[in-house]
Amino acid sequence: MKLIAAMSGGVDSAVAAARVTEMGHEVVGVHLALSKNPKKYRSGARGCCTIEDSHDARRAADKIGIPFYIWDMSEEFHDNVVENFLSEYAAGRTPNPCLRCNEKIKFAAVLERATAMGFDGVVTGHYAQLRTQDNGEKTLHRAIDESKDQSYVLAVLNRKQLQGAIFPLGDTRKEDIRKEAANRGLTVAQKPDSHDICFVPSGDNAGWLRERLGSEVGPIVDSAGKKLGEHNGAYTYTIGQRRGLGISEPTPSGNPRYVLKIEPKSNTVVVGERESLAISEITGEKIIWCGPEISDEVSLPGTVQVRAHGTPVSCVYSRDKSGNLKAELTEAIFGLAPGQAMVIYDGDRVVCSATISETK
Amino acid sequence: MTRVYFDNAATAPINPVALQAYLEQARELGNPSSLHGYGREARKKVEDAREKMATFLECQPNEIIFTASGTESNNLAIKGIYWHRIAEDKKRKVIITSTFEHHAVLDPINWLRDSEGAEIIEVPVDRDGYLKLDFLRSALENRSSEVALISIMHSNNEVGTIQPIEEVVKLADKYQIPVHTDAVQSFGKVPLSFAELGLFAMTVSAHKIGGPVGVGALVLKKGVDITPLLHGGGQERDIRSGTINAAGIIAFATAAQAALRNREKNSVFVSGLRDVLAATIKNDLPDAVFNAGAGERLPGILNVRFPNTESDSLLLLFDSEGIACSTGSACTAGVQQPSHVLLAMGLSENEARSSLRFSLSPENSKEDIDYFHTCLKKVIDRARAAYRSTA
Repeated sequence: MKLIAAMSGGVDSAVAAARVTEMGHEVVGVHLALSKNPKKYRSGARGCCTIEDSHDARRAADKIGIPFYIWDMSEEFHDNVVENFLSEYAAGRTPNPCLRCNEKIKFAAVLERATAMGFDGVVTGHYAQLRTQDNGEKTLHRAIDESKDQSYVLAVLNRKQLQGAIFPLGDTRKEDIRKEAANRGLTVAQKPDSHDICFVPSGDNAGWLRERLGSEVGPIVDSAGKKLGEHNGAYTYTIGQRRGLGISEPTPSGNPRYVLKIEPKSNTVVVGERESLAISEITGEKIIWCGPEISDEVSLPGTVQVRAHGTPVSCVYSRDKSGNLKAELTEAIFGLAPGQAMVIYDGDRVVCSATISETK
Repeated sequence: MTRVYFDNAATAPINPVALQAYLEQARELGNPSSLHGYGREARKKVEDAREKMATFLECQPNEIIFTASGTESNNLAIKGIYWHRIAEDKKRKVIITSTFEHHAVLDPINWLRDSEGAEIIEVPVDRDGYLKLDFLRSALENRSSEVALISIMHSNNEVGTIQPIEEVVKLADKYQIPVHTDAVQSFGKVPLSFAELGLFAMTVSAHKIGGPVGVGALVLKKGVDITPLLHGGGQERDIRSGTINAAGIIAFATAAQAALRNREKNSVFVSGLRDVLAATIKNDLPDAVFNAGAGERLPGILNVRFPNTESDSLLLLFDSEGIACSTGSACTAGVQQPSHVLLAMGLSENEARSSLRFSLSPENSKEDIDYFHTCLKKVIDRARAAYRSTA
């Protein structure tokens, strides 16, 4: 096959590209330029988007012996990922930009361009597995290395996108990938993992948001509406957050307070006790099926995951008449923010994902 | 896989005789600045090479300052002349250049503006890629007493058009303003005479004409002073310190000799190939546009716009067929920018982004173009499909 390997400059995508090249595919490495004015050097724990990273990616491609190009995806990234990140926060929701980037950039803009240019698919260093079913269709599964599993952030890929995706690392543990990179002579073998959001170079998410959305002072209130304190922008809080509330007055019970709700219009943060965060039913909109769809009539047992590295919780899932996804949980979970993705698994297989719109 | 090299303006194949000369000298011991026997032997060969180069460049041997690159020569000329002029007369802060110089000229000038308070006057070019002399004339009429120097390229590296340097020098001479020209793409390919042009300074480079990378020269008029960039052992008239690169200089002269000896024959052959390439493209793709006028130009450069494509798709696709071409000057590690040369000629960003440069040398053949022809349609079709997918 002719493949495009998306190479961030990190160890995972370098090994992924090396593996498919070794399998005999014709591979071209592509580094996605996601910023019009990339910084020269990495700062903090960033793992992509600097000129240094593109050099690392180019060096890896040279070692592997494949051509290497930089594709300018800065406009697409800005419009689809950064703008969306800001508007979601401004609306009081908690978006996941990596998910959005996979959905709109890596397996949309890049895959479409690659396909048009005669390539058969896009290879990335994500930790997830694809299995080909009897009908030839690919299904998405968790990686062997559970601590690195990225199936959650890939669950936004529809069946067509999955057909064009290749994840060569899903069957290997991260430490073995590093060893393999070293054996292959890739200089990025010991490069630290990226943790932060790539377009927030400082890692200071709240500060970055404040710079762009302003820092209007607003009230922090309890469920009854009583003012307990003030904040510098409701959007810098996340539902379920406990630290950094800055309230001196203790609760009557003496228990800690948590963020219960964010009201962007009135710029209000509502806090209260942990029990108020308990959720037993989640509804999501905009379902994306990563395999066969289920019919409206059935309720099926499975697990639901609501954060990138969250613990999956047993549930019964179904699709309601308006086309929304519903998961009834067997045990309560706490602190869930609208805007996050809910991903349903059947064993290790990803069934579908949806954007959380309502919780009970 | 068949491979075709159409990027000779980036760097050209090394001449085998020049390579041999390089290797022979590189084995020899001796610093040309040393007084002992080893040094003398090296120095004799360097000075022989300098004299040979002087006949090719039509200048005096002591007007040649060997450097490590065209970029260094341009920096030395621009900064060196500017610093010297401003030391003599504080008013002379203006540098006149064109809008479509190579970055090795633009960037030192921009640096002088940003760090030292120089003022830049950029002479525009027309749609065909030729300097607007009238603009230069009136700029000189109005500002001549403030001008430190003029630096305008002899021929453009992306579109190949040859600039009216003789006219530029004539205009400048009226006001005794020094003129520097970057002749890196012209030397060895078209007639070039330092003396006849009446220049103050001229840049040439070895690796564009079959010499090794890492050798350039600045031809600097006898008797004039400029401020050095590199201070040290006082080599090269005390203007360019640093151990003299004997092997590189000898190989440069050897390559130049071969290029000059065959210049007319090569020019006919290469421009013939270029015209066949142009006709091949136009025949298959009637909407392709050539981004330069057909006036005075280099034999080997063809800059083509392929509407509804992006040049970085084209590069990738041609490369995967084994065909090497370029978008113009090699890009930095960041995002590919539309060519400032094409923008200066009045192309839109979109038009500039859909353009490619093919640069040919005497090493190319009709077979190269035949092979290119077999890939052309497929590459363009795919690039157009990719263009639509992002549009």
